Amino acid sequence: MIPELGQFALILALGLTLIQASVPLLGAATQREDWMALARPAATGQFVFVAVAFLALCHAFLNDDFSVRYVAMNSNTALPTAYKIAAVWGAHEGSLLLWILILSTWTLAVTVGSRSLPEAFAARVLGVLGIVSVGMLVFTLLTSNPFERLFPAAAEGNDLNPLLQDPGLVMHPPILYSGYVGLAVPFAFAVAALLTGSLSSAWARWARPWTVAAWMFLTVGIALGSWWAYYELGWGGWWFWDPVENASFMPWLAGTALIHSLAVTERRGIFKSWTLLLAIAAFSLSLLGTFLVRSGILVSVHAFASDPARGLFILLLLSVITGGSLILYAVRARHLTVEGGFRLISRESFLLMNNILLVVATAAVLFGTLYPLFLDALGLGKISVGPPYFNTVFLIPMLPLAVLIGVGMHSAWLRTSGESLARRLALPAGVALALGITIPWLVFGRASALTMIGVSAGLWVVGAALLEPVKRVLRRGAAPMPLTRGQWGMSFAHLGVGVFILGATVTSSYNVETDSSASPGDRWEVDGYELVFRDIRRIQGPNFEATEGEFEVRRDGRLVTILTPQKRVYRVQTSPMTEAAIDVGWGRDLFVALGDPLGDGAWSLRVQVKPLIRFIWLGALIMAFGGLLAISDPRYRTKRARQEAALDPQPAESV
Amino acid sequence: MTPRRQRMILIGLVAAGVTISAALALRAFQENLLFFFSPTQVAEGEAPDDRVFRIGGMVLEDSIEREPGSLTLSFMVTDYAHSMPVHYTGVLPDLFGENQGVVARGRLDGQGGFVAEEILAKHDENYMPPEVADALARSKEAGSP
Repeated sequence: MIPELGQFALILALGLTLIQASVPLLGAATQREDWMALARPAATGQFVFVAVAFLALCHAFLNDDFSVRYVAMNSNTALPTAYKIAAVWGAHEGSLLLWILILSTWTLAVTVGSRSLPEAFAARVLGVLGIVSVGMLVFTLLTSNPFERLFPAAAEGNDLNPLLQDPGLVMHPPILYSGYVGLAVPFAFAVAALLTGSLSSAWARWARPWTVAAWMFLTVGIALGSWWAYYELGWGGWWFWDPVENASFMPWLAGTALIHSLAVTERRGIFKSWTLLLAIAAFSLSLLGTFLVRSGILVSVHAFASDPARGLFILLLLSVITGGSLILYAVRARHLTVEGGFRLISRESFLLMNNILLVVATAAVLFGTLYPLFLDALGLGKISVGPPYFNTVFLIPMLPLAVLIGVGMHSAWLRTSGESLARRLALPAGVALALGITIPWLVFGRASALTMIGVSAGLWVVGAALLEPVKRVLRRGAAPMPLTRGQWGMSFAHLGVGVFILGATVTSSYNVETDSSASPGDRWEVDGYELVFRDIRRIQGPNFEATEGEFEVRRDGRLVTILTPQKRVYRVQTSPMTEAAIDVGWGRDLFVALGDPLGDGAWSLRVQVKPLIRFIWLGALIMAFGGLLAISDPRYRTKRARQEAALDPQPAESV
Repeated sequence: MTPRRQRMILIGLVAAGVTISAALALRAFQENLLFFFSPTQVAEGEAPDDRVFRIGGMVLEDSIEREPGSLTLSFMVTDYAHSMPVHYTGVLPDLFGENQGVVARGRLDGQGGFVAEEILAKHDENYMPPEVADALARSKEAGSP
């Protein structure tokens, strides 16, 4: 009964969304206020019914209702409760429902947060979000109904894919989707602006916090995915340039460019049509990601579905939404007049270069991701593009970007004197370069050119990000003006970039990885650590059996830790799974994974020492924290009257 | 400098930068393309002798041979029309096994075998790498008149 209720709620939600997607837009076009006023109640109702449907699916999972096909395929009575909840979005149908729930949550947030916006504009934004919802709801109901019944009901469920039974994976999809789907909000703002035919600086101020919020979730979501791949899937790697990873990374790159372009549009009223195009591109890349992941054309742990109808439907949706908005852009964007230009050495110009570099990186990743798919679709052979390609094409634009981050942060709007910029930054640049060259030699005793460049770049970004805050804190009383939340946010976000660069460089350069064979009782050394293989035993988990090795790790005779990696076999889906054991540290991670038995009690083992790998995820978290600070800037919560006021001259250094 | 000149310089710099990165990207792309071949295609001499490529098929039953006490092993990869030996040293993925789909990245050793640098196996029980499924289907077609 309850699953039918869920499906019914989903159909009702579609009905309300159809109203939300049509009436307010028509009302805005014909200036009928009663029609526009329908947007908010329709969007709220949509949220309520989608939430009911989602809870109905949760209910089916928690009560082991194996008469629902989706539950029978992805759950089991022995599955721990937390993973039963995670299983709700553990496969195709449920993850689409999560997508829709998150979209309707963002929509609900917009209905609340748009009260200070002009009525017609808010109606258009909600209408556009409604169009996206309609597409996804129709997709779910027609091709991927999670409430489909199974006759006769299964006696026991097929269990959740063991790879997904992990705390990191409980949080990864909701957070990543919040980012992915959140980019629909700036997209809706952009389309609404195109429909209105005008774009004020106030528009950029409305759109900015939403964009940063989505970007923040996307940042944390990608970091969680990378962290999970590191300890669960990847035998110690943290990024594989897998198409599925690229699918989430491309919207992030475009979203990052969008955040910076929005800053220029808000402050200076230029780059307008470019900002709109980026907003459209960022969400289109999100949809493309959904298509790549959900259509089954990719080979990956995420590729649950291989029903061609589904892929075709998403492709259709993608072309309608992207194509439609691009046509609208082509017709309307040239009417957006540009007021004034900018100079070569100014913050505008540095942000423009930032945008170009980010877009070049996005394009290169997109090319490498899609080219093999095209070639395959045309029957021209099966190829894959190796990580070295992505590493190269990503580093080429990113290194100049790292240099520009520091310069851009310290330059002013309108124009900056090159001399004063050079005077202020010469010392930090010199220090970063000197430390970047010497520290790798002192700590590791060897360094390649790329390592020294990477460490220098990381230190430079960290230094440039901290320069202004540290100065203000040191001269607290004498400071002419305290930093705004926005400026703190910018400093933290860039600090995160620097920390990430340091982590990625050092880990890639000084990672020690050994494959070896060992039997209980063996002792050997890896990178200064002495490992003792003490024991191997069988243990029982709630829904799996495992072989567990016990390793003592010593350094200079002192016990560092005891690691217990496992080889698990889950009872229902009998495929074996490696559970690596990791000793986490600020300076380094020690990673031990059990391979397979080699006979005579010997096992193959992979032991890795990964310096500074935590900085990679720490950097991402600091970036997201910077985003949070920026959103909390009180100027985004000013009254409507002030928002509609003309652009007031702002202090040169504010963001 | 007039703002106009400055803007022209900026545009020039951007155009130069984009061109250089596009050229570098294409070069990196050319160098890092990995082609996929089935054992039949390798047997017919389609695979390059001097380049890294990927080979895929099923692991032939009873063909896994380990060197005792080391991480070196060899096995036969087959598409049921042709088979060829693959040599590998290292830790194997979880789902490697007899009668399971496998993809190996490496190069020919010049003696009719393939030296793998990396072994990939499928992610779950029901899943077969599409390349492998495709290769199997083609060798089946070719086998039946």
